[in-house]
Amino acid sequence: MKHDTVIIGGGLTGLLAGINLQKAGQSTIIVSSGQNALHFFSGAFESISELPPLVADTFAEAGVRVHYKEGVSLLPMGNFRKSFLSLEDLDIFPEAKFASKALVVNFMGYHDFFSSFIAEGLENAGIQTRIRFIRLPEMEHLRQSPSEMRSVQIARTMDRIWEKVVQEIRMLLKDEDAVILPQVFGLQDTTVPGRIREAIPAKVVFTGTLPPSVPGVRTIIQLRRRYEVLGGTYLMGDQVIKAHVHDNTVHSVATKNLESHYLEGRSFILSSGGFFSKGLTSTPSRIFEPVFGLDIEYPEDRNAWYNPDFMGRQPYMEFGVKVDQDLHAISGGVPYTNLYAAGGILGYSSPGLGYAGGMAINSAFKVVDQILKDTRA
Amino acid sequence: MNLQEYTSSAYNFEECTKCTVCTAYCPVLGVNPMYPGPKQAGPDGERLRLKDPYFFNYALKYCMNCKRCEVACPSGVNVADLIQAARIKYEKGKPKLRDVILANTDFMGTLARPFAPIVNGVTGMGITKSVLDATMKIDRHRTFPKYSSRSFEGWLGRHRKEQAEYPEQVAYYHGCYVNYNYPQLGKDLVKVLNALGVGVQLLDGEKCCGVAMIANRLTAQAKKNATHNVEVLKKAVDAGLKVVTTSSTCTLTIRDEYPHLLDIDNSAVRDSLLLATRFIFEKLENGATLEFKPGFHMKVAYHVPCHMEKLGWGVFSEKLLRMIPGVEFTLLDSNCCGIAGTYGFKKENYEFSQTIGAPLFDQIRTVNPDIVACDCETCKWQIEMSTDHKVMHPVSILAKALKDND
Repeated sequence: MKHDTVIIGGGLTGLLAGINLQKAGQSTIIVSSGQNALHFFSGAFESISELPPLVADTFAEAGVRVHYKEGVSLLPMGNFRKSFLSLEDLDIFPEAKFASKALVVNFMGYHDFFSSFIAEGLENAGIQTRIRFIRLPEMEHLRQSPSEMRSVQIARTMDRIWEKVVQEIRMLLKDEDAVILPQVFGLQDTTVPGRIREAIPAKVVFTGTLPPSVPGVRTIIQLRRRYEVLGGTYLMGDQVIKAHVHDNTVHSVATKNLESHYLEGRSFILSSGGFFSKGLTSTPSRIFEPVFGLDIEYPEDRNAWYNPDFMGRQPYMEFGVKVDQDLHAISGGVPYTNLYAAGGILGYSSPGLGYAGGMAINSAFKVVDQILKDTRA
Repeated sequence: MNLQEYTSSAYNFEECTKCTVCTAYCPVLGVNPMYPGPKQAGPDGERLRLKDPYFFNYALKYCMNCKRCEVACPSGVNVADLIQAARIKYEKGKPKLRDVILANTDFMGTLARPFAPIVNGVTGMGITKSVLDATMKIDRHRTFPKYSSRSFEGWLGRHRKEQAEYPEQVAYYHGCYVNYNYPQLGKDLVKVLNALGVGVQLLDGEKCCGVAMIANRLTAQAKKNATHNVEVLKKAVDAGLKVVTTSSTCTLTIRDEYPHLLDIDNSAVRDSLLLATRFIFEKLENGATLEFKPGFHMKVAYHVPCHMEKLGWGVFSEKLLRMIPGVEFTLLDSNCCGIAGTYGFKKENYEFSQTIGAPLFDQIRTVNPDIVACDCETCKWQIEMSTDHKVMHPVSILAKALKDND
């Protein structure tokens, strides 16, 4: 099967690149080995300090609502982090003390939202905090299987009964000027978070939960739908297992499901993510990129890969495949002519692109520009 | 010592990082609180079951085996296989009579075919449905697939000579549905393949792939069918033939469930068994051409069946439909229709089945296509029963769009 560009990895980077290549008139195909890092997404795109208009447009056309301002956002563990760009679900405040009194509301039996950590974080920021649990008959069925009382299941119910939650909160609310809720709203009906904000006479702040991230799941559905409407082909649950390369040029790749039916392309993007997504793999003795065997710089001494302080900065998080300044992937010191790496697989190898969500966005747009430039030449 | 050599586990269950992504994509978990969900039923439960079979949970029967958890899993865990394998290994007690009847699609087809008009009339009657509902717990809302009075095998047998004249030959694993219920799909396939210069042969006596037997725990019978099918497929493959199929579920069952769940070695035939859509797409890609009717127009919405998602071959149907001049194409969102073969026929599952399918039915109503395209026979029954829209196999749409040469 022939396409202009074959994209390996269907997370945020792969989808943004695919959408913009389709818009530029290319035919593309995305191969995604399972779901992606957006399922663990707090809502804030880290390390992006400038919003190119094209990014805003791309999100808007897909129906993904983002906002952009400088400030801090409240994280699931109760700490605050500097933020610029985030999904609209997540607030960005000018400073950590965004209210004087806050009511943290959780659902009875829901263990993936750390209300006491959040309360502690708020108290530290000088916000007086009260925690309350609510219990609704419509949610009792979820509790029959407590191990599966998860964000997405709650969100499915909330799309129907959010008005009851609003009533409960209005009854609980005393003199607080902020209400903190878990991000379990607006999975299908994207207007729900906004309507909740309007209906409660206090500032409503939606805060991240343990995975799956409801705003993340919704965002991936919206981006994939946009990509497919533009004519893109998305192969979910498939995996590139082999590449056919001559003279530093990739001709085709083989996948687990399509076997002998190769995916041919003029250009290839490797946006297969970091260690979790298996874009990078490690054994006790080495770290490698499994499809093309791209160059990765890392210390030989395994003890230097990680920091014994678990919560500290971990060196392995920074390892990534080497690219030239135009994102051509490098193998054996030589750049490929038509293979580009973007997103989490870069680690910190290209500091100019930032890291995490910011890098996913920046590198996706950069790689599209470069491919259009290279293929026009 | 390389420790990692020793850490591989059955169905990759130790690869599970407890990320919970599968739980977001399980159609059953969203509607049926009695089902513990793919993570709990699969890798989490497996750790306990390995310690003591006491931990086997009978609620695993609510798994539809749609494989959506496997498609979503970022870590390559075969979650649905784990659940089905546990049911085969630990579930005790004989399957109910109802389940035996539902599972034996080819036996029932053989019985019903000679009396098709009577059987169709009787199963369509309200009183029959009420009786089946009350006595057998087969839900009264279900529409039974109609039986055809002439089998596909009989029809192709009568055209054997002319088919043999084509320069290239394939064998066709048609499955129970084409043979007993809907021979037209088989005829459509023959028409399209003939237009490509390919003649179609029957296998030397295929049997039901056994998917419904696996689902209803008739494992020994499923193994018997699997062994037989691998044998007849091997005969065709040894004779140098590719074997094409039209049912995504039969294909997945023979290619993957035989070795994964039934422990039947299919390595000699697996690579030669192809969905016809893939076979046709590859022909066209290699330079073959099809002539289409001028002025053909059809608004088509394509639903990818769950087992097609798992196979990863929906792309061939999609690309074929898109290449027909005059087709206005919409790809429907990735959702389960809710029927899952015999699952949705059971009274205890009926409501869940319809709730699962609701987003798909809503989208079909909104898109309002002339035809819904789908490669799965049970999805077809479900969509036709639950919406006002007709469902056609992509191969039938191709056949309809072909220029008539007479």
